[in-house]
Amino acid sequence: MITINKLKPSECGVVLSISIRGALRRRIIDMGITPGAFIKLNRTAPFGDPIEITIRGYNLSIRKAEAREIIVKKISKSEYEESAC
Amino acid sequence: MLKSQIVKNAEISSKKSSVLKFSLVGNPNSGKTTLFNRLTGNTQSVGNWPGVTVEKKEGKAKFRGNILNILDLPGIYSLSPYSPEEVITRNSLLIDTPDVIINVVDATNLQRNLYLTTQIIEFGMPMVVALNMIDVLEKRKDKIEIEKLEENFGVKVVPISASKGKGLEKLVEAAINSYKTLKISVKNFYSGKIRNVLANIENIFGNKQNRLESNFKRFYAVKIFEDDQLALNQIEVSQQDYKKIKKLKSQIKTSKNIDRQVIIADERYKYICQMCERSFKRNPKNKTDSFSDKIDKILINRFLAFPIFFLMIFCIFFITFGSFGNFFKEKVEFLLQGPISDFFLNFLNICKASDWTKSLVKDGILSGIGAAVSFLPQIIILFTLLSLLEDTGYMARCAFIMDRIFKKLGLSGRSFVPMLIGFGCNVPAVMGTRIIEKEKDKKLTIFIIPFMSCSAKITIYALMAPVFFGSNSPFIIFGLYLLGIFVAFTTVFFMNKFLTKGKRASFVMELPPYRFPTFNNVFIHVWESVKDFLKRAGTVLASCSIIIWFLETFDFRMQVVKSGEDSIIYNIASFLAPIFTPCGFGNWRSSVALVAGIAAKESVVSTMAVLCNSNNSSELAIFLSNEFSKASALSFMVFVLFYTPCIAVISAIKREFQSTKWTSVAIFYQIIVAWVMSSLVFFVAKIIFK
Repeated sequence: MITINKLKPSECGVVLSISIRGALRRRIIDMGITPGAFIKLNRTAPFGDPIEITIRGYNLSIRKAEAREIIVKKISKSEYEESAC
Repeated sequence: MLKSQIVKNAEISSKKSSVLKFSLVGNPNSGKTTLFNRLTGNTQSVGNWPGVTVEKKEGKAKFRGNILNILDLPGIYSLSPYSPEEVITRNSLLIDTPDVIINVVDATNLQRNLYLTTQIIEFGMPMVVALNMIDVLEKRKDKIEIEKLEENFGVKVVPISASKGKGLEKLVEAAINSYKTLKISVKNFYSGKIRNVLANIENIFGNKQNRLESNFKRFYAVKIFEDDQLALNQIEVSQQDYKKIKKLKSQIKTSKNIDRQVIIADERYKYICQMCERSFKRNPKNKTDSFSDKIDKILINRFLAFPIFFLMIFCIFFITFGSFGNFFKEKVEFLLQGPISDFFLNFLNICKASDWTKSLVKDGILSGIGAAVSFLPQIIILFTLLSLLEDTGYMARCAFIMDRIFKKLGLSGRSFVPMLIGFGCNVPAVMGTRIIEKEKDKKLTIFIIPFMSCSAKITIYALMAPVFFGSNSPFIIFGLYLLGIFVAFTTVFFMNKFLTKGKRASFVMELPPYRFPTFNNVFIHVWESVKDFLKRAGTVLASCSIIIWFLETFDFRMQVVKSGEDSIIYNIASFLAPIFTPCGFGNWRSSVALVAGIAAKESVVSTMAVLCNSNNSSELAIFLSNEFSKASALSFMVFVLFYTPCIAVISAIKREFQSTKWTSVAIFYQIIVAWVMSSLVFFVAKIIFK
């Protein structure tokens, strides 16, 4: 169990819980980051923030501050490719 | 293409016509506006970044005797009540109910797009899903089973390609059908206990007579389950019912991190996931990195991102202001000063027009408008290049790499896109700030957008820089743009110190896949700006030139003056001119030009041309080199860079601020900055160029 920002580029995970509060929480959820969703970290921006992830088949950018509040379980790349729909 | 077919069909079919109201709803960047343009023959700007359409737009089309009123709504991800666009769309659907909702879904990004679809379905209104970008899907050889999709969501699905104009007739047909048959079944996306609880809440509404409530039963049931405040305010729930609902809600266990909103979103996405497994087959060969990923590996690479960005911006400037742009400028100049002005003067000679009419046309209108219009090629080049950046999807990447810098300033990378658009024209840039979620960030961004030197200011730089700086002028102009950005950032930095810290800024932004820019979209962008420019030339510049010519030709007794010093304008401007002495351009003509520039920035140049009675660019250049020194030319350009933008921008700012006070503050601030910066530059430049 780690937070998204701890993933390295091209590492994958399954979302376990989101502890962001307020309107931003709703936005994150609406964008498809819900418990059980599969994510892949693509890259971090040149200065280390924000990060780009793939979720539900598209690319999304979030800041590290948000990533720190999303807990995932690390999975292997092959697991990700099999399960992510 | 489709429009002509539609009109033809309309003529053939019966005279019985009805007016139908369609609303286009979908995720940002799903192609709603492209579809809107196709259906209505309209030319709204399209781009490949989320948030191009920020306000609703209406258009008309005809189809087999039906008149269609089509509404293009801002793109949204959800119907939650948090962002202004979401509230606009939601209320537009609930209160201003359309006859049919056309839900535009990006087939290449199915899951997240369908998330909104599941919410729209719950409105229980006639609707059709327009499965857009089906051509991209086909090219990739991914398979999608339309029938299964329709079955699982209980709505008609029509595959289309808005950019290629495919499937549009079928779409409109399906939309009209869904209105006529009114066969609406609201699919249930929930499982187990939640399904029961929602059904029970729905039943409580079902007993009511209220039309609104019974129509949107499922929608409100879900929203009330989610504790959506906006929904609770919109409907009346009796004390008794409220207790019942509360009891029902408590049946579902929640925790701090798994609240009811997460539960509902999770249920929706789970349903969509299952459905996708059944009806969507990805081409197994496409599994690894997509085309976009490969490009991104280079373009937003840790080390290359910034060098590439600056190289690209620099190329844009060099192409626009270097020999390429100049070549076209000279061609237009040749046309204007040769055949076109000869034509008008010959015409006046034939008409035996009086001397002063000839002077009005030649020294007023022709030289005024001509001076500005000769820069049109450069404006076209800049707009083409900027809209290429927008259409490919690079703009969103710029926001991504810039976010860190903007975070330091207290803004987010989202502010970057409107700023970049500001280099084209400040008006859409100011409107584009609506994609910024935080009110404070939005205000700050609007404050600094006028420092992003717009394309109209090109006329001034491209006129003056070559006269004083020769072949170095692209560098000087590039430097001006950088100075604008620098002052903008400094402004934000200090304003953030004074303003109280609001909620924490975030940067949740989609990075759309790269797309090949279509000729149509780029053309629309460029044509819109050319049209605007020519319209301004015909109205503002023409009237400005005539007024200036009049004030310059006559004195207070309405006699034609012998020397400029007797004219009305000289006497007025002499009061104003001393203000600019510290900036280095205390001559009266400069002050007149700057005042005229408030109407439109091109009128700075046209006014200069009228005031120096020049007939062509070389005369204007000689005049300028007499009136200005190297240092004062530079400080003049700096002043133009910073001072009040044109009327159109001021009114756009006022519309966004919704406050006369803040608009005045912004204008005042810009004038102060302009004066201070230009005095400073003059002071330093005087020493350097000595």
